[in-house]
Amino acid sequence: MDLSSINPVLLVAALMVASTPILLAAIGELVVEKSGVLNLGVEGMMIVGAIAGFIAAVETGSPTLGFLFAAVGGALLSLVFAAITLFFLANQVATGLALTLFGLGLSSLMGQGYQGIRPPLTSKLDLGPLSDIPVLGTILFSQDAIVYLSLATVAAVWAFLKYTRAGLILRSCGENAEAAHALGYKVKLIRMAAIAFGGACAGVGGAYISMVRVPQWVDGMTAGAGWIALAIVVFGAWRAGRVMVGAYLFGGVTVLQLNLQAAGIKIPVEYLSMSPYLITILVLVLISAGRARALGAPAALGQVFHASR
Amino acid sequence: MHFKSLLAALALAAAGPALADGHEKTTVGFVYVGPIGDGGWTYEHHQGLLAVEEEFGDAVETTFVESVPEGADAERVMTQMALQGADIIFTTSFGYMDPTINVAANFPEVVFEHATGYKRADNVSTYSARFYEGRAVQGHIAGKMTQTNQVGYIASFPIPEVIRGINAAYLHAKRVNPEVEFNVIWVFTWFDPTKEADAARALIDQGADVILQHTDSTAPLAAASEVDGVIGFGQASDMAQFKPAPRVSSIIDNWAPYYIERVRAVMDGTWESVDTWDGMDTGMVEIGEITDAVPADIKAEAMDMIAQITAGEYHPFTGPINRQDGSVWLAEGEVADDGTLLGMDFYIEGLTGEIPN
Repeated sequence: MDLSSINPVLLVAALMVASTPILLAAIGELVVEKSGVLNLGVEGMMIVGAIAGFIAAVETGSPTLGFLFAAVGGALLSLVFAAITLFFLANQVATGLALTLFGLGLSSLMGQGYQGIRPPLTSKLDLGPLSDIPVLGTILFSQDAIVYLSLATVAAVWAFLKYTRAGLILRSCGENAEAAHALGYKVKLIRMAAIAFGGACAGVGGAYISMVRVPQWVDGMTAGAGWIALAIVVFGAWRAGRVMVGAYLFGGVTVLQLNLQAAGIKIPVEYLSMSPYLITILVLVLISAGRARALGAPAALGQVFHASR
Repeated sequence: MHFKSLLAALALAAAGPALADGHEKTTVGFVYVGPIGDGGWTYEHHQGLLAVEEEFGDAVETTFVESVPEGADAERVMTQMALQGADIIFTTSFGYMDPTINVAANFPEVVFEHATGYKRADNVSTYSARFYEGRAVQGHIAGKMTQTNQVGYIASFPIPEVIRGINAAYLHAKRVNPEVEFNVIWVFTWFDPTKEADAARALIDQGADVILQHTDSTAPLAAASEVDGVIGFGQASDMAQFKPAPRVSSIIDNWAPYYIERVRAVMDGTWESVDTWDGMDTGMVEIGEITDAVPADIKAEAMDMIAQITAGEYHPFTGPINRQDGSVWLAEGEVADDGTLLGMDFYIEGLTGEIPN
């Protein structure tokens, strides 16, 4: 056993890469839930984003276009959910689950013929001398653009919800849709915009898996990342900063267990493999035991809104 | 009606139309553990299926199901195939062993071929390849090529086949480079590109500059290609899209001749239950092109080793070899017997860490 063979700087850099897909999906879902909609279809939107981005990147040779198409693909799929729940007033939980199943099937169909192909590599941002700074350079200044995009998204969502009038309106739809409607706000349009944003974020998160983290297309390759993202929104008590902490904690444990194994730590592998899930459950229990009521779930979360009510 | 005869009747009914047009086709089924596009293990088995189609043309009808989990689902898929009139079913992963035996007991008229298992029956054959012969060659190249003396090994499940591979690679890396160390990560999956890529990155971050893998996707090679100076090997298939580096060589499983032979035996009515374990001598194990990223002298040594193994002059497990605890396994000049190799559950001397159970 040799802990010194683990380089903490590289470990942190690696955990940021491992966490980025769930962070993106979770921050998108946070906005959706803040508007009062519970979309359980994150996994489906991620996998459709993964294949849409992959196809676009392979066909055009441009990773940037790939991520753009991934965002569009995820958003388009989420609009199916929006139409069914907002205008046909279907149950959000059931529709979200159906969206995941639909997304998995659709991505598998779209992906026929794209297996075993190498996508164009997403290059790391060249930040010049900044990336030569010891420790910080490797962690902060030598990642690819999507890692920075995910961090910027977290900051933007946080500021939007906390400081802007539009953010206040969006939150009011999630707390009391009738009141927001009475004040003259278009609840359905606002929720639809939030759902599309969530879909776009999930799509980019999925594409990060198929284009950067693996990079390859495989059926069902998101492998439950969407569900983890949903759990992290709860874990983060519907706050952007805490969602980021949760995502990095989860990604960190995943990467750490592989590093501990490589360093030859004598803990049975089975315990290491389940540790990310155990820690997620543990923290969820700790958080909800003390202050379940103050957890901060939007009051109207999951409720169907119709102006006639 | 008895359950088994009911199944037999159903199977006959399913085969009926084929008999009716006076042109009986032999139906060949394949059960795959991964997608046919994995670029590795399942891809090569599927190449075998295509070779069978090419060989027999209209005389055969093939069917396959991909990404079948090892467990209850596998039994369901095999039963379905047998009910739909398959004459021979190839089940191509170690974890299908018990499901194959169970389903075969219900369909005595259908013959089964299970890859890499050890349980047989009157209508169940087993077949596998001596991958350790290929791993010995890769280990030799790995030992010679590593600059950091750290070799990373991504292992799937702690079964004899995988442990044998680690031992064979380590033994031959150690022989040419006494300083070499192996880091083994167990990922407990045959095919999970995200996990395989993360494992490869963890190994590289800790100083490994050679990655060996016993998992089925190209993800570790993709991860290796991001870092200069790191090399890897194709697993089960050529993985040519990563040539000439990081993929410097490859172990290729060539199942096609075996599949053609066994399907022909079914057509001739000469099929019987056998246990096949072939290696480089019959071409079931091939070594893919050793690229120019490997210096000429190392390449020549590797080619020489391939020639010796192919000719039967050299067995990769030739003593003296000790077990991890220092006890003697093989004395000087002694060659491992197949029984011990098939049940190998120990590391050889010099490997660190423990095998999970």
